[in-house]
Amino acid sequence: MNFAVLQFPASNCDQDAVHAVQLLGHVGRLVWHKDHTLGDADAVIIPGGFSYGDYLRCGAIARFSPVMQAVQQFAANGGLVLGICNGFQVLCEAGLLPGALIRNRSLQFRCEHVFLKTLTTRSAFTNQVPAEKLLRIPIAHGDGCYFADPESLATLRKDDRILWQYASATGEIREEANPNGSLENIAGICNERRNVAGLMPHPERACETLLGSADGRFIFESIIHALKNRPAAQAA
Amino acid sequence: MKAKIIITPKKAVLDPQGKTVQNALSHMGYEGIGAVHVGKYLEVELTSKDRERARQQLDEACHKFLSNPVIEDYRLEIE
Repeated sequence: MNFAVLQFPASNCDQDAVHAVQLLGHVGRLVWHKDHTLGDADAVIIPGGFSYGDYLRCGAIARFSPVMQAVQQFAANGGLVLGICNGFQVLCEAGLLPGALIRNRSLQFRCEHVFLKTLTTRSAFTNQVPAEKLLRIPIAHGDGCYFADPESLATLRKDDRILWQYASATGEIREEANPNGSLENIAGICNERRNVAGLMPHPERACETLLGSADGRFIFESIIHALKNRPAAQAA
Repeated sequence: MKAKIIITPKKAVLDPQGKTVQNALSHMGYEGIGAVHVGKYLEVELTSKDRERARQQLDEACHKFLSNPVIEDYRLEIE
């Protein structure tokens, strides 16, 4: 499979994302923010970092870059798009995902491993996560507090679109396990069509036991599984 | 002409910066301090002479780009 990994000025997890994809035996290719096309891509990863210096708001400027117009089209055609950390912020700013990510409630940059509970395996991003398995994955962000208005939040809940929540080591959704003040401990969500997802934690930094956890693989393996099993008509 | 744009967090949105500044003001001994909201202030110098057109364009830009309507309100003034 071919993964297009976007590269903005001040992206800093782009190489990690390419590395993770390669570890799983697939092809990761960097796509520059000024490019108008994605080239041969089965899925898109919008990596973490501080695109355009986080000026104005995180992700606010990146969403207007030429490559994001191509991503909008790719998503509209049913292509799989995963936004990680800053990539999640870009997807929210672009309107591809609802809500927004605001300053952590603690006002601190949080850099630590967290536990994620996967709420549904009914998505291209979670289908390979074993039942009851908590994912131990690192976070590294200052603006990861998920906010959405009550109606949007109710829709996310009703449609089974909250993919991951911050949990305790024993899997309970508690306030103490919430690293940034996100509503309902939300760590990641998907769109209505379930082909675009974003999360604040960094699965690409947790794909090798040498790095302390390989749980991030479940997310990439889910995408690969979904791509291998996609209906021919959806092959973008 | 110059446009002044004031962007503030919506009331329903958590504003930890505002809360921290409010607490600091109280700790410093200032009395009668209520909620504080920390936002952004932008000044845009305008080369156009058409005031109404400038307002229309900047209003659109505020909505699309300069503020995020999910979490922020804005006020646009042209002088």
